[in-house]
Amino acid sequence: MSVVADLTDINQASVAAHARSIGDVVLSVQNISLSFGGVRALTNISFEVREHEILAIIGPNGAGKSSMLNVINGFYHPQEGKIIHKGVERKSMRPHEAARRGIARTFQNIALFKGMSALDNIMTGRNTMMKSNILAQALYFGPARKEEMEHRKFCEHIIDFLEIEAVRKTPVGRLPYGMQKRVELGRALAAQPDILLLDEPMAGMNVEEKEDMCRFILDVNNEFGTTMVLIEHDMGVVMDISDRVVVLDYGRKLADGTPDAVRANQEVIDAYLGVGH
Amino acid sequence: MLYREAGQFKTTYSADQQIFPILQDRIGFFVTMAVAFIAIPMFAGDYLTQTIFIPFLVLSVAAIGLNLLTGYAGQLSLGTGGFMATGAFAAYKLATSFPDLNIIFVFILAGLITALVGILFGIPSLRIKGFYLAVATLAAQFFLLWLFNKVPWFTNYSSSGVISAPPMSIFGVFVTGTEASHTAKYFFLLVLVTLLALAAKNMVRGHIGRAWMAVRDMDIAAEIIGIRPLQTKLAAFAISSFYCGIAGAAWAFIYTGSVEPLAFNIDVSFRILFMIIIGGLGSILGSFLGAGFIILLPVFLTNAPHMLGLNIPVDIISHMEVMVFGALIIFFLIVEPHGLARLWQIGKEKLRLWPFPY
Amino acid sequence: MDFLYNLLIDPLVQIFTYPIFALEVLIGGLLSGVMYSLVALGFVLIFKASGVFNFAQGAMVLFAALFFAGFIDTGLPWYIALLLTIGVMVLLAMTIERVVLRPLVNQPHIILFMATIGITYFLDGFGQTIWGSSVRVLDLGIPNNPMEFGGVLINQFDMVAAVVAGTLVAALAVFFQKTRVGRALRAVADDHQAALSVGIPLKTIWAIVWTVAGLVGLVAGIMWGAKLGVQFSLAMVALKALPVLILGGFTSIPGAIIGGLIIGAGEKLAEVFWAPAIGGGIEDWFAYMLALAFLLFRPQGLFGEKIIERV
Repeated sequence: MSVVADLTDINQASVAAHARSIGDVVLSVQNISLSFGGVRALTNISFEVREHEILAIIGPNGAGKSSMLNVINGFYHPQEGKIIHKGVERKSMRPHEAARRGIARTFQNIALFKGMSALDNIMTGRNTMMKSNILAQALYFGPARKEEMEHRKFCEHIIDFLEIEAVRKTPVGRLPYGMQKRVELGRALAAQPDILLLDEPMAGMNVEEKEDMCRFILDVNNEFGTTMVLIEHDMGVVMDISDRVVVLDYGRKLADGTPDAVRANQEVIDAYLGVGH
Repeated sequence: MLYREAGQFKTTYSADQQIFPILQDRIGFFVTMAVAFIAIPMFAGDYLTQTIFIPFLVLSVAAIGLNLLTGYAGQLSLGTGGFMATGAFAAYKLATSFPDLNIIFVFILAGLITALVGILFGIPSLRIKGFYLAVATLAAQFFLLWLFNKVPWFTNYSSSGVISAPPMSIFGVFVTGTEASHTAKYFFLLVLVTLLALAAKNMVRGHIGRAWMAVRDMDIAAEIIGIRPLQTKLAAFAISSFYCGIAGAAWAFIYTGSVEPLAFNIDVSFRILFMIIIGGLGSILGSFLGAGFIILLPVFLTNAPHMLGLNIPVDIISHMEVMVFGALIIFFLIVEPHGLARLWQIGKEKLRLWPFPY
Repeated sequence: MDFLYNLLIDPLVQIFTYPIFALEVLIGGLLSGVMYSLVALGFVLIFKASGVFNFAQGAMVLFAALFFAGFIDTGLPWYIALLLTIGVMVLLAMTIERVVLRPLVNQPHIILFMATIGITYFLDGFGQTIWGSSVRVLDLGIPNNPMEFGGVLINQFDMVAAVVAGTLVAALAVFFQKTRVGRALRAVADDHQAALSVGIPLKTIWAIVWTVAGLVGLVAGIMWGAKLGVQFSLAMVALKALPVLILGGFTSIPGAIIGGLIIGAGEKLAEVFWAPAIGGGIEDWFAYMLALAFLLFRPQGLFGEKIIERV
């Protein structure tokens, strides 16, 4: 039913992919400040995320990048400022509400469900869309069964896309690191998010794995039109794949612009290379 | 050689999503069912049925219930005995207040009442985790037993505090009370247990089961992908308590016929926890294996010294039983934290490759 | 209406009518709370040093008391019996470390918790296999009758127990803060791996902690045993220490003391003034309900640290 419709949507999206163009602002971060006890993690941060773009957040360790993502998907509640997502203003919300509104993410340290197979992990990404009640599930009859099959079909589509067919029934705890990262991306994609937050998707990978991951990110962006916010340390990758870059340092925003503009920004150079005093 | 899945290709997702995707497992399942439905009632005899098979079936239901909560949803509960007592007393009140109510509805309603109580005691699970929650569930255990002990309404003002199941029948056959034959009781329980186990299996392979496991494995990540923690945990408490409630009702009505609240003391909670640890956390099959193990162990311990020609006093044997329980728990946690069910699985994997090492 | 009156109004009327009596109940409750604290201390020690929630602490209390009373019953003088029991507890700690903890290193906490439930059963069974399940009387020569202090009656035995517990806590505080082993213990409590990397022998530390917890259990066992008789129900009394922990926080020694006092006092007051309204016998669950209600407002306990979760 609905999933089949979703699948056609995706096909249409991929037809339109070549015409991918950066659209309006979908997410606007305004004057966010966050502190833990006396420690300031973020100070007065504002930036915007536009539809279909890939936005990179960069900065030295401890600059507040992960905290920023945690604020966007509702895991941390900022003391000041607000976030406007699809025209709805919110100061704080629970992470599961953010997920239901179309914000998905992956984690710096892999946060898969270790006891479950790769397929089941990806299927959990679709849980928010599965509606059959407990009794129907207990009987595994009629609509519940049909729903299960449709979502399985969708997840198989993602499994194909990420080239992890061979390991779909393997418990994720047994998979190598690079594969786990892919499964995690798959789980986020299964939710069909309109904004995908990626926290260091390529950390700890070798060059080939990084290339694969870049390909997946670009393909997702192209085919599904998913807006992406990603944190990455590899400058080569950031400059190659992102449309815009936000630079954070000590919880403050240093710069915000195209990769070339950021690369030329004096403050950014100082922050990365150090300043002679 | 016998256990190969080679050549069994799945052409539809629904074929791949079956409970037993491999043909040999399906055969094994039907053989087990045939033994349970035909061979046991024909050959077991009244004594074995009453002392082994009936309590095994009853406790399996409780073990499945606890396994859903602890093994699948990761919420450790030490209140199983309290929930079973709730089921028993709810069934008693229902059966005595509405004598015409069919026993099936009595059990289901008793289960639903227990589910409500379970939700009530599951509310703290949103804010507290792990050991804190385990201690909180002890509150349920102690409070509920106290309630059934102290409030005479629950026992219909019986002076001894003991409740006795009224005779009840299904399709004209008595399954409770003195007129019920052991075979009738056994069949009634067997059908009940089969249905409940299938329902549990269906739930854990559906999206509610995945939500439970996600919360168990990493609750923060689960919430971030959109699983509502409160609903998921409360559903686990409710369904687990439903099973425990039915198990308690079956214990009181079918196995013993009459009980006092103390029959569901904290020792019961621990034994059921042991069943799922030994049988396998997060496995429906494991719940059965564990229940069988914990029921057979005392039988073995009582008889083994006799067979060896030793004569040990009864009270020492009961102490040693407790000791062996403890030692076995530690042994299983160290050697195979996933219990007998995992050993069974490893055995099957080995069999698949046999006679080659890998 | 009557019920509500009995539940809400009558107890307060009684308290204000008989303030001295209420005070006596309160003091009696605080003193018996000290006994709970004594058991809770053992939990806290082990939790702090190894992150293990030792459900077997109650069984250790019973185990120690059984051995002490058993040795005395065989006709040994009390100091030999005490030394022997200490020996047994040290041996027990080392065995637990070797047989249970070491193979379970790096397992999830919940597995270790369940393993300690296994230890509980083992110790309960083992102790009773050796010493039988009959009640043993343990007479320490402390009079168990009330004395008057400024018009208020206080049980002498409870007073002695409070003094013993106080001494024990002070000794533990010194041990933790001033000695080399104590520093190592605190390091281990903070981070196992970091402690290992600076050369702290984890195994030895665990054995020491379990020994200390065993000795705390011994003291608690002797005091409880003298009060109630040495019998199986001692292990159940120790279950009361769990709500104390919840109230105080798992990692705080002052928390264990204050939690014990609150539970002790609350329980006695509730039992004397409120229980008649709802049927009596509420000490089985009152402490748990109190702790549970408390948890909803402060999940980390009175003195526990608030945890910042990261992803």
